[in-house]
Amino acid sequence: MSDRGTLRIQQISAHPGPVAGEGTQRQDKVCKLIDTTTCIGCKACEVACVEWNDMPFQTTYFDNTYQTMPDTDWNYWNLIKFNEDQHDDGSFAWLMRKHQCMHCEDPGCLRACPADGAIVQYSNGIVDFQQENCIGCQFCVSGCPFNIPKFNPNTKKVYKCTLCSDRVGAGLEPACIKACPTGCLHFGTKEDMKFMAENRATQLREVSGFQNAGVYDPDTIGGTHVIYVLHDATKPERYGNLPAKPRIPLSFTVWKDIFKPIGLFGAMLGFVGVVMHYVFEGPRREQPTPPVVRIDPPPPPAGKEN
Amino acid sequence: MATSANRFVHRTNVIDRLGRTVVYAGELLRHPVYTRFLHWMVGIFFFLALLSGFGIYLPWIFRFFTPLFGGGATTRFLHPWFGVGFVIFFGLQALNWLGVMRWTPADSRWMKHIKEYVTRSDSVEAPETGFFNAGQKMQFWEIVCGCIAYVITGVIMWFPEIFGRILVAISYVVHDMSALIMLFGIFFHVYLSTFGEPGTTQAMTRGTVSEAWAWTHHPAWYHEITGRDPQQALKQAEAEMAARERAND
Ligand code: HEM
Ligand code: SF4
Ligand code: SF4
Repeated sequence: MSDRGTLRIQQISAHPGPVAGEGTQRQDKVCKLIDTTTCIGCKACEVACVEWNDMPFQTTYFDNTYQTMPDTDWNYWNLIKFNEDQHDDGSFAWLMRKHQCMHCEDPGCLRACPADGAIVQYSNGIVDFQQENCIGCQFCVSGCPFNIPKFNPNTKKVYKCTLCSDRVGAGLEPACIKACPTGCLHFGTKEDMKFMAENRATQLREVSGFQNAGVYDPDTIGGTHVIYVLHDATKPERYGNLPAKPRIPLSFTVWKDIFKPIGLFGAMLGFVGVVMHYVFEGPRREQPTPPVVRIDPPPPPAGKEN
Repeated sequence: MATSANRFVHRTNVIDRLGRTVVYAGELLRHPVYTRFLHWMVGIFFFLALLSGFGIYLPWIFRFFTPLFGGGATTRFLHPWFGVGFVIFFGLQALNWLGVMRWTPADSRWMKHIKEYVTRSDSVEAPETGFFNAGQKMQFWEIVCGCIAYVITGVIMWFPEIFGRILVAISYVVHDMSALIMLFGIFFHVYLSTFGEPGTTQAMTRGTVSEAWAWTHHPAWYHEITGRDPQQALKQAEAEMAARERAND
């Protein structure tokens, strides 16, 4: 789902050998900035996403809140999470957060994926699924700290936000950015977006009275290519389970990268062991065996000989 | 019960009636058709599950396994079913062998002398070694435990949407470890039942073993079914062989 002509690949899931063309062309790291403080929850970005990616309509439901569906889905990659948050003093506030793939610098999905080329990371930071290589194991779901990849039981493949890699590859901004009416979404280089976000957070702290305002760009996964400005960056969980310290399970880092090869080596020692046993000790044969003619090497001479 | 681990008790069933076991002079019946059928079904499904699993385990090493099963997606689809086949047939085998795999005090004594077994310092097994020796029983129980681990973790990874990502991440490691341990063990198993102890393979193919094999590797079983003393039988065979040698000179 990418324009391979303009996007350079940096990482490929489960790929043996080097990545062809890696590092031959310098690309700026891109980033989407979401300012939750100016989001009005209008869902224009959701519509733009479904439109651009030409997805079948997703049924909504009503549970007496503004939440139209509980979570993103294989055909619905971008969802505003509405949270009625109660302050310590008893007052309420709406916390609205545009929820989608965070395009992690160290993507848990890619680390977990066992299929060669099913997930790639471009050198501009976008993490993209290549459904033609996906084997439908859903390990990416368990590797992702943000619960993003969604399985389609009919195609047996997994889908998620591409950060509009097709548009970005052609020099356009993602569809959601284009649709946002309040200007709470921005797209540019990671450096520029980080600068804008920090400025906005400073403004919120100093002018608007949000003492804990800050930028969400978690370093536990090397930062993300989608960053948030939050009114209260100390408690991101309030924004619909945004983890303060997102982590990739050790199964997909320590176990997969280090102990899997070691474990295989250990198991193969069994093979080496039995071969060596045959060579050094030989088989146990049914008794009686025919008389021994010679043992090689000959036993050491006992005492004086000749 | 010492005897239960020395004698294999089996009631002929439908599968047995589909085939036959020919016992020639100087041979003993070891494994009936039903046991052999189950064993090879277990063996086939084990290797199918192993190969398809390894294509997913270390794809950058075992990338040539997935095409054997029709590509990544088909491999992923088939692997759990191979696993189900393996567990069902091994489960039946476990029921079949439950009595004869029971751990006895003699097995604990066998384990204490495992070094002598490995270095082959005795030419025959300890006289109290029954239908299976303690090493075989250990392997059997390892596979029983492994199967339980496979089923629990396998189902979790098969239906991840029900169990959630953390359980899946844990299962992934446990499933892998179970496979590694079993693979490690299978090398010893295949070795000992072929090259390591000649005359054993036919126990699982034709179903019979020679009497000499029986008094060498499973003396207490030999005693149980023939009523003869295995050491006496061995001495007699040695005497006969010596007589033949002399006649040839
Ligand atoms: C090419 C592969 C294999 C060969 C040549 C082979 C051969 C044999 C033989 C000859 C026996 C009878 C031993 C006796 O009567 O004392 C046996 C027993 C047995 N086999 Fe296999 N087998 C193979 C693969 C497997 C696999 C893959 C499994 C399970 C994962 C398995 C599980 C067992 C168990 C549990 C027993 C009974 C206890 C024991 O001897 O360890 N076998 N096998
Ligand atoms: S948010 Fe999840 S799906 Fe997106 S890049 Fe990170 S780990 Fe992958
Ligand atoms: S389901 Fe996810 S982890 Fe599995 S092959 Fe597809 S992209 Fe990779």
